[in-house]
Amino acid sequence: MLTVKDLTKHFGGFTAVEDVNLEIKEGEIISIIGTNGAGKTTLVNMISGYLKPDSGTILFSDKDITYASPYIRIKLGIGRSFQLIQLFENSTVLENVKIALFSKYGMIRRGLLPADRYTSVTDEATEILNNFNILDRKNLTPKALSEGDMKILDVAIAFALKSRLLLLDEPTSGVATQDKFKVMDSIVSAIRKEGISTLIIEHDMDIVSGYSDRVIVMHEGKIMAEGKPAEVMENKEVKATLFGIVG
Amino acid sequence: MAKYQRWIAYAVIFIILLFVPRLLSIHDLMLFEYGLTFAIVGLGFNLLLGYTGLLSFGHGAYFAVGAYTVGMVAKYYPGAYSLEILIPAALLFSLILSVIFGFLCVRHTKIFFSILALSLSMLLYALLFKLYHLTGGSDGLRVPLPTLLGISFKGIRRPEFLSGTYYYFLLVLFAISCVIMRAIVNSPFGKALQAIRDNEVRAELIGIRVRRFRLYAFILSGMFVGLGGALWSFVNGHVTADLSHWVFSGEIVYMTLLGGFGIFEGPIFGAIIFTYLKLYAMGNTQYWMFVIGATLIVLVLLLPNGVAGAFASLFAKIKKKKNL
Repeated sequence: MLTVKDLTKHFGGFTAVEDVNLEIKEGEIISIIGTNGAGKTTLVNMISGYLKPDSGTILFSDKDITYASPYIRIKLGIGRSFQLIQLFENSTVLENVKIALFSKYGMIRRGLLPADRYTSVTDEATEILNNFNILDRKNLTPKALSEGDMKILDVAIAFALKSRLLLLDEPTSGVATQDKFKVMDSIVSAIRKEGISTLIIEHDMDIVSGYSDRVIVMHEGKIMAEGKPAEVMENKEVKATLFGIVG
Repeated sequence: MAKYQRWIAYAVIFIILLFVPRLLSIHDLMLFEYGLTFAIVGLGFNLLLGYTGLLSFGHGAYFAVGAYTVGMVAKYYPGAYSLEILIPAALLFSLILSVIFGFLCVRHTKIFFSILALSLSMLLYALLFKLYHLTGGSDGLRVPLPTLLGISFKGIRRPEFLSGTYYYFLLVLFAISCVIMRAIVNSPFGKALQAIRDNEVRAELIGIRVRRFRLYAFILSGMFVGLGGALWSFVNGHVTADLSHWVFSGEIVYMTLLGGFGIFEGPIFGAIIFTYLKLYAMGNTQYWMFVIGATLIVLVLLLPNGVAGAFASLFAKIKKKKNL
């Protein structure tokens, strides 16, 4: 589904990402881990179109999207969430999802009726919130939600766009430790149900090993290791770099 | 039922407004008509400020274009000087200007947007002021009474015209403007604008073309303001370049803040209150600007949501108390 070939990005004299190659298959959930400055977010920013690579190519369903705008990528089915939550603060939880659906179906250009008359959109938004286990909070504004629920809503909005590939930047950062698994359970169960390919940037190793099919370790802009979570955790080089465990 | 309450209230207000010419003196009626034209302006301006989150200090330009369309047609094409031609013409020219100015402005946000909008309106002001052969310069242009559907109002004095046919014409256009604007802000398009206002990054991430939608909002806003300008010119009887000056644009901002930009009806209340406030302040003290300024300070400090916003909060509190 997504193929990244020899992707490189420099910021001045600093090499953020260097010759990165990766492939994501249909329905696969991959986590990228690495220390701060390893190039994880730069890589995701290039895949989502927020940064232009210096060299290399990005293919999505065999289509070259290396220099396509974020808008084109969204329309092709690449959705993303940010480390800092991005929500519509003056709208309710339900309305946050509805506006994504209005955009998805082109109603923001064509829809002439009042927004609340589109019952099919309301029904679909309700179903999405139900899948993400936050339906009971549909009439609250994001300010009234917990950090975890805000993260879930953030992903639910990207999900509503019927994305075929989701890029999730630290979906559990800022979430209380005891809520992290609840948040990931809600997100991953909805994603698995629809078979959406997902690339997750995450620091928490328990989350990475519990929810990923494959793990990629980045260090100093390069891919250091790749494989099943258990294999990667046993990799000596990874242990030394990420956890400082030698031997 | 609650869904229709607002529309029932609107219908009742509209019926009351039909009788206003019988209730007010001609002087007060003219003031009220100024207020109604500014209410249309406020509706348009608030699409940009309240619903899209863009503060323009240059909306006097579109008001001037609407008003000058009327003045120029009167001067150069008197054969076409009828309301049924003037109104679409004013809409067309304000559309053209807002497409050009909007294209330049929406590339920026916040203070840069505001200053660019102001600068462009001052550019128009300079043109209106200096091209005196065409625009009448500092003298401006006279606005005679127009015809309507072939009916001429020659021989009728302006106050009679304004208290008769024109009042109802203005009222109908005001009602249509309210209905159209309400449909816009409640439509998925309007929700997209509000999404842009609330979080531009997220709006882009869900596939909204932010700059393009800002331009759409700018154009619609400019057209409403242009319509207000055209309708105002008949009440005033005279148009001058000052309409495009930033001071006048500031008055549009003021009346919207006065009523409250967070509520649909806010700018309507603001426009009418501002019209009376300004006139009575000017009529009673030479320090009228002090009154206007002091009112704005009080407003910002005590009623940040404007007069209508304060009433809405009060009603919400009463309703909440009743439910407890």
